[in-house]
Amino acid sequence: MKQPSPRGDISALVLAVISGTAESQQEPLARLDRLVESAVAATADILHDDDLQLALFCQYELHYSGIDEAGDDWEWNPDLLRVRHRIEAALEARVRDEVVLGSLPEATSEAVCQELFRMTGEDSGPSMSRFVAKSATEEQLREFLVHKSIYQLKEADPHTWVIPRLAGRSKAAMVEIQADEYGNGLPARMHSALFARTMRSLGMDDTYGAYLDAAPAITLAVNNLMSLFGLNRRLRGAVVGHLAAYEMTSSQPNRLYSRGFKRHGYGEDATEYFDEHVEADAVHEQIAGRDMAGGLVESDPRLLQDVLFGAAAGLAVDTLMTVHIMEAWESGRSSLRPSESMAS
Amino acid sequence: MGVGTLVAASLGIDGLVSDESPSDGADPAPMRSLNSGEGAPASVVACPNGPLLIRGDFELVGPDGEELPRTRRTVALCRCGASVLKPYCDGSHKLIGFRSEP
Ligand code: FES
Ligand SMILES: [Fe+2]
Ligand SMILES: [Fe+2]
Repeated sequence: MKQPSPRGDISALVLAVISGTAESQQEPLARLDRLVESAVAATADILHDDDLQLALFCQYELHYSGIDEAGDDWEWNPDLLRVRHRIEAALEARVRDEVVLGSLPEATSEAVCQELFRMTGEDSGPSMSRFVAKSATEEQLREFLVHKSIYQLKEADPHTWVIPRLAGRSKAAMVEIQADEYGNGLPARMHSALFARTMRSLGMDDTYGAYLDAAPAITLAVNNLMSLFGLNRRLRGAVVGHLAAYEMTSSQPNRLYSRGFKRHGYGEDATEYFDEHVEADAVHEQIAGRDMAGGLVESDPRLLQDVLFGAAAGLAVDTLMTVHIMEAWESGRSSLRPSESMAS
Repeated sequence: MGVGTLVAASLGIDGLVSDESPSDGADPAPMRSLNSGEGAPASVVACPNGPLLIRGDFELVGPDGEELPRTRRTVALCRCGASVLKPYCDGSHKLIGFRSEP
């Protein structure tokens, strides 16, 4: 991924550090650690903190596509990992604060599946999908794709980290879902590739990270949450619950998204991504709820709470992003950060 | 041939449910080559308040015996009647509050 523009002292220092070499960076790393320590204590809300979210996003990115001009060694640099841990601990604490779990169901596959369907069926605030279907302008469709592109161009990757940490029924179910996400052997059918096609058909740049500078903190937080869950074995229950919640809140919204693009005269090139998800996720949600999440809890009942937490956390942070976007649109503003990359 | 054939039109509510316990990781499934034409026997999960989830080796055909368009191995067949992608489920059962259980 190309280097994003910094959003404050911390993200600037992270980018500066990883563009140099570990030997010569001891002093900046120590300074970074001190800066982060006070920033996580002082931030009004880490979920909306551009500097901290971008700093965390860049550190996670070292595990995915890497960052241009950053040496590969930085991925496991202990000093940088200590900094990352400070930010992710604050993020996790903030999200645990945001999430309220109902009473726990029995630790059986069917009860877990039912509870996940109940949670994902609850009304969670403004509906972006209905708005996109009926009223979004062409410019708002583009903004919508910018927000989504941060995840969808690497769709499925954050959850895939958990596969070696699962076994038996839940592992088989997760792999069955992810195989579909990755196109069942056909690169052009990968969901990330279908999404790239949608972007191209609207004349947008489909390079991973091309619009990162335009994505507000809350959009980065949606992504950082998935990486936090996916990269920590301790949170394997949460990442499984998170994926289940995503699968369970997909079919109907995607049908509406597709309608929004059709309304503006876009054809299959643009809508295939959404249409595919209507059918695929009607399958995935059943496998995810019963076999992947339910199967995991049956094999290790201690993970019950984590699975539900992961689902609730994903829903809560996604709702905050939707609120951010809809509030901007309702008051006639752009939901993006001002950025040259959207100026064209 | 160990390939089950499902005629979509015949799948009414509670249509075709295998008596095998589905996807229960504990049961050792017989190993067969996918190329031999004898894959894993089809299993059908009647998802409570939702579709019929079909895995394994099967053909999905219309009333004329012609294969229906299909892009994935495991499919969910609508049994609530509300899907606009029939015979596949599109999640509409949640919107209409479909109940398969008493
Ligand atoms: S069973 Fe899902 S739409 Fe009918
Ligand atoms: Fe997908
Ligand atoms: Fe999916």
